[in-house]
Amino acid sequence: MVTSPPRVVVVTGVSRYIGARVAARLAADPRIDRVVGLDPHDPPAGLLGLLEGVERIRADARAATEAIAELDAEAVVHLAVTSVPDVQHGGRAAMKEQNVIGTMQVLAAAQGAPGLRKLVVRSSTAAYGASFRDPAVFTEDTEPRAVPRGPFARDILDIEGYVRGFRRRRSEVAATVLRFAPMISSTAETSLTRYFAQPVVPTVLGRDARLQFVHVEDALEILHRSVVEDHPGTFNVAGAGVLMLAQAVRRAGRVSLPLPESALSTGAALLRNLGVEQIGLDQIDLFVHGRVVDTSRLIREFDFTPRTTAEAFDEFIKAHVAGSTITADRLAAAEQAILDGIRRVRAAASPAPAGVAEPASVPAGHTSAGVRAGSDRS
Amino acid sequence: MSQDEYRRDLLPGHADFQLPTPAPAQRVNGNRPIPEKPVEPAVAAPDVWDQRVADGLAFLRRRLSGAYEVDEFGFDPELTDAVFQPILKLLYRDWFRTEVLGIENVPSDGGGLVVGNHSGTIALDALMLTVAMRDKHPKQRHLRLLGADLVFRMPLMSELARAAGATVACNPDAERLMTSGQLVGVFPEGFKGIGKRFSERYKLQRFGRGGFVSAALRTGTPIVPVAIVGAEETYPILADLKPLARLLGVPYFPVTPTFPHLGPLGLVPLPSKWLIQFCPPIPTAHLTEFADDPLVVYNLADQVRETIQATLHELLEKRPDAFGP
Repeated sequence: MVTSPPRVVVVTGVSRYIGARVAARLAADPRIDRVVGLDPHDPPAGLLGLLEGVERIRADARAATEAIAELDAEAVVHLAVTSVPDVQHGGRAAMKEQNVIGTMQVLAAAQGAPGLRKLVVRSSTAAYGASFRDPAVFTEDTEPRAVPRGPFARDILDIEGYVRGFRRRRSEVAATVLRFAPMISSTAETSLTRYFAQPVVPTVLGRDARLQFVHVEDALEILHRSVVEDHPGTFNVAGAGVLMLAQAVRRAGRVSLPLPESALSTGAALLRNLGVEQIGLDQIDLFVHGRVVDTSRLIREFDFTPRTTAEAFDEFIKAHVAGSTITADRLAAAEQAILDGIRRVRAAASPAPAGVAEPASVPAGHTSAGVRAGSDRS
Repeated sequence: MSQDEYRRDLLPGHADFQLPTPAPAQRVNGNRPIPEKPVEPAVAAPDVWDQRVADGLAFLRRRLSGAYEVDEFGFDPELTDAVFQPILKLLYRDWFRTEVLGIENVPSDGGGLVVGNHSGTIALDALMLTVAMRDKHPKQRHLRLLGADLVFRMPLMSELARAAGATVACNPDAERLMTSGQLVGVFPEGFKGIGKRFSERYKLQRFGRGGFVSAALRTGTPIVPVAIVGAEETYPILADLKPLARLLGVPYFPVTPTFPHLGPLGLVPLPSKWLIQFCPPIPTAHLTEFADDPLVVYNLADQVRETIQATLHELLEKRPDAFGP
């Protein structure tokens, strides 16, 4: 079924990066007449430039009810979902208020809007929970085996529960739930990108999680398409392929610091109380269990293939070279130096025929390109 | 033609006489009845070590810079082939003298479900089966094991298992692996098999609910029963300290002739003689619509179980001495 794009779109959560970017993209789309951004907070100065074509209404979720009905919205894009408590904005209590109560109210408003045709809700792959009996790859039909420990994952389960209720009551509205893998790009800043940008990255001892990322631009493209096209249903959004946590840390040229899970939890809780860094139970669960999803339904329905996890992560690495210590170039240089050293010592030890030292350079040959690239840069 | 001429090349002592060349020594499944001749040092003998050092360094560099590929189950083929398999192969060849029969029954490509008997306190038989598959199969296939969730609960162990290609024993994973054309190895007896007493050796335990059969039926994958003889004698369980097991949260706490009173030395498996026999595959492609029919599933599971049990008896007759050559 192909329908015309909605004329009036309400986007919630425009004070945050993804919300602002989506609103800006929709506003730039000539097929859409009006884009209204709803948010209880004012966007930071950096995002104001993006929001020029967007009508902004500063309203909390309760006031949003009236706004959605008054505006005669045809599509609601609910992006006001926070994954990490923000200490400046009230911590965990405010996060839950926004995620759970906020969604409840937005959906209630959407349910009362007669002209509504489309609902797009941002969810997360955290909806699959984390259990040792989980299958390695989640499809959209996988049910979580246990209630997750992380506050964000529990919020996500609540949010999806409300969406299920909404679908039952307004079955003619095309409701799209997008379960995003952690987003990454060269510029986006999330708790996970801050984590990988540290020079020393704490990990869980004896665990090496399988991770997937989705590039921010691909996430935006999917969100945009689900507004202007019709894609009802629940979809996993992630880049194909898998990076192990240790592998990702190594590719980023960082040093990993494996800590026992209990120590990491305690340390994270201490830091959380001090308001320093936001590693929550959600992140620890992710690092213990890993999370890989099947995206074939997304690719089939949207006819769009997101960048692979490795490609998305590569872009992130290139933008965060500072802070890396063990880079591939340096390792290649070290390898070459060792090989050269061995050859020199052997040549000194035995003035052997000329043919002896020669073949050693053959296996080393393929690394010399890397060494050259490294010296060019420096 | 004179008589001398006629007999010239038959007579010893004649200048042209040559003894018939013996047939080249053949390896029989890990046994080496005839000591192999050392490989003639190659012309570029000094370079072998240069090559090895360079390869080793390149391997280290790839590992340290994260330049390797891992599949969605966490399987790391490079690490498996470079580290795990060579170590396990020492056990497989030199310690257990494993002989593999009927490898031609394993499909050369496409999916397959290898179902075996489980024994031996710790699941060495599963590991040896992966080595056998890699060593003896003409296409050197990787066997993807399905493990109990206890394995994936344990830190370190879980990651080693994933890197070696194992995943949690559940139908979604099994079906995903089989539809992507992988060989899947499963041991339906589970802990009942490896935790049984030595007096129960080579008696197959219950096969659970036959979840492995419905996974194979749903994907139309052939089932290859495999009988493994030898694992029972590696750590013979004389007694099971149940209260201690409950305290530690493990399914059983074994007492073997060497464990726990010899401490870490008790972890060395006894050097039993191993035989692995792959049985002819059971096709399931025509039964796809019966994947949810309990009767079909149960009957097929029973057929697999009977096949393995009968093959075990045959193999035991071939191997009169558990610790023989």
